[in-house]
Amino acid sequence: MAVVVVAMVVRRNLFSVVVLAGIYSFLMASVLVALDAVDVAMTEASVGAGISTVLLLSALYLTKGEEAKPMRGPWIPLVVSIAVGGALVYGSLGLPAFSDPQAPIHTHVVPRYLQQSLKETGVPNVVTAVLASYRGYDTLGETTVVFTAGAGVIVLLRLRKRRAENKAAK
Amino acid sequence: MRGDLVLRVISKLFIPFMLLFALYVLFHGELGPGGGFQAGVIAAAAIMFYAIIFGLPAARRLAPDAVVEAMVAAGVLIFAGVGVAGLVLGGNYLDYFVLDRNPVRGQERGIFWVEVGVAVTVSGVMLKVFYMFAGRGRDPEDA
Repeated sequence: MAVVVVAMVVRRNLFSVVVLAGIYSFLMASVLVALDAVDVAMTEASVGAGISTVLLLSALYLTKGEEAKPMRGPWIPLVVSIAVGGALVYGSLGLPAFSDPQAPIHTHVVPRYLQQSLKETGVPNVVTAVLASYRGYDTLGETTVVFTAGAGVIVLLRLRKRRAENKAAK
Repeated sequence: MRGDLVLRVISKLFIPFMLLFALYVLFHGELGPGGGFQAGVIAAAAIMFYAIIFGLPAARRLAPDAVVEAMVAAGVLIFAGVGVAGLVLGGNYLDYFVLDRNPVRGQERGIFWVEVGVAVTVSGVMLKVFYMFAGRGRDPEDA
């Protein structure tokens, strides 16, 4: 994955960058399968590697295939990204150890979800039970976000088309 | 790519199974991995595949813009409607226990319809975004 990221940064041809991003998503999906998060892996493979690749390619069709030369030197972005990465690593030092059963996240509601969700909801897949039932409001909010994003794209792109039509009429 | 025989045959073989797999992921999401979001994305991907091989106008005939736009809103309405159904039947908003006499059956029913709502909205949005992007700059008439 690190090799793919470095290649993405170095390449100037956007087509190969898009393809590399798809490869990165598939690698990420395999990592998620290895972590037993099959639902997330499925989403990553279909959205990250599938649909976003298609959307980026169709956007690429409308623009040029080569990345423009950067206007400024790479130093400010480099410093910013190293600072953010360092802050994230520093923050992750405070997290409980990986797969520690005593971590707060595993002692609050997780035991109830894991043990009672089949009895309470009749749904064997705990992820589905939590998403749709225990956290129904959150999922409703997510669906609304997806809806809003779609509506926003429709409004923005249609507005430009109308403007072009008006110009042509004048 | 419309002329390539291999692509046409392979896509015709694959697309029914992709759509079937989307339905499987949707209806089987309670038992195995998957659920509404993944099912919606897979269904949208099947239509996009069709559009890439057979051209955008063919896909637009298959899934017209009006239907796709209606799907975008209908999914949220299904989801919210499940919540309102819980209110009407005397529970709280998004409370599935009241949807059936047996509370566990009610949960299953509620979760199922919620997943259907998510799938409909997600596939509608994905397809619509794809249509808008792919239609731009090519033929301004039906972009």
